[in-house]
Amino acid sequence: MLLQVDGLRKTFGRRVAVDGVGFSLDVGEIVGFLGPNGAGKTTTMRMIAGYLEPDEGAAKVFNIDVARERRRAQERVGYLPEGAPLYGEMTPWTFLRFVGEARGMTREAARHAVRRAAQDTRLGDTIDQPIETLSKGFRRRVGLASALLHDPLLLVLDEPTDGLDPNQRHSVRDLIRRLGQDRGLIISTHSLEEVEAVCTRAIIIDQGRIVADAAPAALAGEHGSLEKAFEALTRGEERA
Amino acid sequence: MKKQPGLASMMAVYRREVLSYLTTPTAYVFVAVFLFAIGLFTFQVGGLFEQRQADLAPFFAFHPWIFMVFLPAVAMRLWAEESRSGAIELLLTLPAPTWALVLGKFLAAWTIAAVALLLTIPLWVTMNFLGSPDNSAIFTGYLASLLMAGAYIAIGSAMSAITPAQIVAFVLAVLVSFVLTALGLPLVLDFFTGLAGGAVTEALARFSIIHHFDAAQRGVVEFRSVFYFVSLIALCLGWTALAVDARRGG
Repeated sequence: MLLQVDGLRKTFGRRVAVDGVGFSLDVGEIVGFLGPNGAGKTTTMRMIAGYLEPDEGAAKVFNIDVARERRRAQERVGYLPEGAPLYGEMTPWTFLRFVGEARGMTREAARHAVRRAAQDTRLGDTIDQPIETLSKGFRRRVGLASALLHDPLLLVLDEPTDGLDPNQRHSVRDLIRRLGQDRGLIISTHSLEEVEAVCTRAIIIDQGRIVADAAPAALAGEHGSLEKAFEALTRGEERA
Repeated sequence: MKKQPGLASMMAVYRREVLSYLTTPTAYVFVAVFLFAIGLFTFQVGGLFEQRQADLAPFFAFHPWIFMVFLPAVAMRLWAEESRSGAIELLLTLPAPTWALVLGKFLAAWTIAAVALLLTIPLWVTMNFLGSPDNSAIFTGYLASLLMAGAYIAIGSAMSAITPAQIVAFVLAVLVSFVLTALGLPLVLDFFTGLAGGAVTEALARFSIIHHFDAAQRGVVEFRSVFYFVSLIALCLGWTALAVDARRGG
């Protein structure tokens, strides 16, 4: 099993962000994380990536508990944080090499990995331009490249297509589909159409709990459409 | 194929930070301002030439005071900027131990301080043309100054780790640095003597940066002073690591 999540719970002060989330993921699956803002998608992904520690429960990557053996688990996860934060003054080339070397690769291995990831994400000529001068679409691709760098089997991508124009979104979706053939992916998104287009499974989260976990087509069939399913299953109210 | 993982991460972070200092104007501005300030103080206030002695005492005497402002400015971005931009999430999801990140960043800022110090070497050379200074004492002075710079940067790093606002980190670091430095001033010590007696004063003086820096200025490397600076650095970096790790807890 690529990823096994059991009873994850996380509170910030008195607010319960994630309340007993559990699911598992295998190679070949592309899971779409859906839910209103503040539902707990990002917090769940952060716990899987080892950025946050759960209060209760565990996320296990290849049976390695992320909280207990963080570094071993993190070696096996590729993670794209929400908004894809990067170092603007660096170029994709220097940035990706930094990520590779910080992951413990030798210079040569890092160089090789950067070339491959840059090719996979089609960075092209932008590789030597300062990241702060790049368009949002290319920045997102640099973030994706950094998640792919060590060729992980599990990819956790927080809103990989957010803020991209339709063409950019299309190319990122193609990439996700390609990656999903021999890996396991979790992507969070606000686009229901995206889930129908690329995901093999949809998990809907509301107020920190999973309210649905099924194939997008099955959910759509049950409620008429995925949009109706989303409306019916989440309470739709704004949360801080 | 893999190198020692923690060390490799530390070196990668170190290289990235140094590169970032060099590709943004910050480091250049800081070093230039430092050199200008140290020149101004040494010659105008310290009267290096007027004292007609071939030593660098007036030069070193101002180091704590200039470092106290200059080095928090160098260190303020170390962690605050990562929190503000969100890049901290990138760092903390790397399979790297926290100490490697903390140490890599600290060493990069320390390198900038070392470069600033190195650029004052012409002054030392000039002294040797003008007279025959005690070069071993000056060398010790430089070593002590470098070590003291490490302490100020470690304080800056610790303050930078607790806020996403660089300016807050800067102000807090100057404040902490000032207290730790000024504790050793006769003015402050006299005040405490009146208040709490000699024993307390003596204990306080031992915790002050200036007390240990002055000791090194006399040309002898005291183990106590080296121990003091190294412990101060370790303490502040330990705090930094705790503050960074605390984010994982939410």
